[in-house]
Amino acid sequence: MDSLTIFLILLALGFVFGKLAEGRHYRSIQAREEMLVRLPATSCKKPMGNSSLISHAELVHGHVVVSVDYFKQLLAGLRNFFGGTIQAYETLLDRARREAVLRLKESCPTANEILNLRIETSSISKGGSGDRVGSVEVLAYGTAIYYQEASSQHLSS
Amino acid sequence: MFVSNIEDIPGKTITTCYGIVSGSTVRAKHVGRDIFASIKNIFGGELKGYTELLGESRDEALGRMKSQAQQLGANAIVNVRFSTSSIAAGAAEIYVYGTAVTVE
Repeated sequence: MDSLTIFLILLALGFVFGKLAEGRHYRSIQAREEMLVRLPATSCKKPMGNSSLISHAELVHGHVVVSVDYFKQLLAGLRNFFGGTIQAYETLLDRARREAVLRLKESCPTANEILNLRIETSSISKGGSGDRVGSVEVLAYGTAIYYQEASSQHLSS
Repeated sequence: MFVSNIEDIPGKTITTCYGIVSGSTVRAKHVGRDIFASIKNIFGGELKGYTELLGESRDEALGRMKSQAQQLGANAIVNVRFSTSSIAAGAAEIYVYGTAVTVE
């Protein structure tokens, strides 16, 4: 009986706080994505603009570790039984990826473009005490390029 | 040291190639962090302790790769790739590798 109560409490806590946290996270992601829309990230290896105007390039990366709440974990477990789309994990991974890309962009706010963006996902709670997925790490990395300022290019030519 | 994950450094030309350089590190966080993370697992959301852990280890792996390239006399690393694998719960291996080159 006691264990059932604990289980239900955990479930309720997970449901309420998980939902709140997810809503807050999505709102923050959307606001920051709008702010950073001027910095495009592509998976191409060649810059979209004129490549002769590049002043320098550097490796940038952003990463995040996110976990699902207890309620969603149970939901996913049930889904696993019947098969089908596990929406609980879809939103988790979507959030993690967008957050990682945002952090990458925030680490180089003055860059003009990000080339060859790669996103890598790994589950870090693997091998834990018998529990399922739980948490994932998403790493986004790419090459940030800076164009020469129009004025400095003018001076050199 | 120029580092990029494309085949060249934009705006520069590669003159010499030295071959693969790599850096790796395995790290774990202390038990307190692990307990905190498992509590956080109930509520969901970002696990800051682990984010920090992986960030530190990635920086260290990058540093090791760069010093290896420096020893070879290279001044740039191109085509860098990251890979992460979890060895046990709470411990992660970060591996970074790339090609050391000289650019002008």
